[in-house]
Amino acid sequence: MSAATAGDAPAVAWETVIGLEVHAELRTATKLFCGCRNSFGEEPNTNVCPVCLGLPGSLPVLNKAAVEYAMRIGSALHCGIQASIFHRKNYFYPDMPKDYQISQYDVPINVDGWLELSGGERIGIVRAHLEEDTGKTTHVGGGGRIHEAGYSLVDFNRAGVPLVEIVSAPDIRSSEQARSYVEELRAILVATGASDGKMEEGSLRVDANVSVRPAGSGGFGTRCEIKNMNSLRSLGRAIEYEAARQVAVVQGGGEVVQETRHWDEAAGRTGSMRSKEEAYDYRYFPEPDLVPVDPGEAWISAVASALPPLPASRRAAVAGASGMDASSDAVATVVRLGLDPFVEAVAGGPGSRENVAAIAVRRLANEVAAEIDSVGRLSPASFAALVRMEADGSLTAAQSRTVLKELLASGGEPKEVAGRLGFEAMAAGDLEAVVEEVIAAHPEEWARFLAGEDKLTGFFVGHIKVATEGRANLGAASALLRALRG
Amino acid sequence: MATRISASDVAHVARLARLELTGEELDRFTGQLGAVLEHARDVEALDVAGVPPTAHPLPLVNVLRDDVVTPSLDRDEVLAQAPSVESHRFRVPRILGEEP
Repeated sequence: MSAATAGDAPAVAWETVIGLEVHAELRTATKLFCGCRNSFGEEPNTNVCPVCLGLPGSLPVLNKAAVEYAMRIGSALHCGIQASIFHRKNYFYPDMPKDYQISQYDVPINVDGWLELSGGERIGIVRAHLEEDTGKTTHVGGGGRIHEAGYSLVDFNRAGVPLVEIVSAPDIRSSEQARSYVEELRAILVATGASDGKMEEGSLRVDANVSVRPAGSGGFGTRCEIKNMNSLRSLGRAIEYEAARQVAVVQGGGEVVQETRHWDEAAGRTGSMRSKEEAYDYRYFPEPDLVPVDPGEAWISAVASALPPLPASRRAAVAGASGMDASSDAVATVVRLGLDPFVEAVAGGPGSRENVAAIAVRRLANEVAAEIDSVGRLSPASFAALVRMEADGSLTAAQSRTVLKELLASGGEPKEVAGRLGFEAMAAGDLEAVVEEVIAAHPEEWARFLAGEDKLTGFFVGHIKVATEGRANLGAASALLRALRG
Repeated sequence: MATRISASDVAHVARLARLELTGEELDRFTGQLGAVLEHARDVEALDVAGVPPTAHPLPLVNVLRDDVVTPSLDRDEVLAQAPSVESHRFRVPRILGEEP
């Protein structure tokens, strides 16, 4: 890259433009067009029948549950759900014995929706359509790489498993936003029950269309499609690498070639897959063996009204209860980890509800999130009791954190744990007595405090902290000082 | 016959379908396919502005089955049909194209 040499135009700021295609396997019992089991990790070629093996004379029949799951996804993504048809996508590759994949082409079931990221930005959804998954190929010899391999082995258990492909608009502008999009989409898929969202088992697969343009320009650069990213981390790395590569190409006076590129996790780079002798032409045509799907208003509204609360509305609920910002990291963490029932558990108790819930969110997003695998030891009731002890001043924030860590490590009841740790509540009367002693010991400062010198609050609180060896609730102490001032 | 389809169109479609045609076959099929397209021109003569596209010749929608598992085929029987098998998988020759 030689953009910064003297005499050149000022360095251009570049913007990355990303659209994501996410394939999600649906959690049906059977495949999309036949009654074979939809199950990951079984003995090869045990879940196969004439339909998914493409044997002559077999005919596909659409799985109603797959349609229902696709509609749930569309509804959760605010898409229009419409009458749709299937096409054959023809290609030569041995992962589909029919030599075509049944997919939806120009009339998909879900169109024009949006997804709201936890930070509040909206990403457009172009479409979310139904299609069948392909079989699994294993390349033998040549280190498992397809072009060096001596031959390949095919397992058709996955052939015909139902997928929904969710295509975003090119609205994503950074690798962090791309990860945030996939995290949010995965949470939605899991919440709707449509998919288990496991990237490591391949039930959620992400391809990225990446291009670059000078920041602020309205047009789009030539894009490359990046494949083979098996985790959120590799998605982020691949996008970063590819955007930098394209900027270097353009700044070096070259042109980005539209192509599919393969992410190599070990090498940390994208590489061109073979150059194409001929642009893809899948010769799509309507699948004559399947009739249209037209769910109709009644089914669509039944699906919409049966949707569980989705992450965005759960974040809004936690924000509403605690007075915190719905787009804050703390609220996002609480919802992502499924801890919102703990916030609900404190909502009904005594004390300022917002204050108590805000303490709850902070404790959940920090101490509980850090030990999330131990959350089973914490009951919502004992968590709520702890948060109330902190809110009413019987425990300081530091003591409350310590008790919470102990509850997560060993279980128990907060009162008993606090007692065992020597965090006995300092009775309000005892605190008052200490405050009066401190005031008596510093008459000059007290007079200045009474005269309006507010910064002396810290002076008194510091002395109270020392006098009580840290057992005083400092918020309660400041409140007491203000009350005594009248 | 009007040129509804050119010899190079036919060669392109043949290549997509991995068909190798001789020059004589190319001429013959170009003529035949042209005749098919000529027939379709009859439809073009009609005013179909108000007619919605037909997705399927049968007046049916929503032919669906319940999500109930049915028995799969016996693996040994399935693999016995294949020209080559290894580790209970179908063994296929080296793949020259790219993944779609």
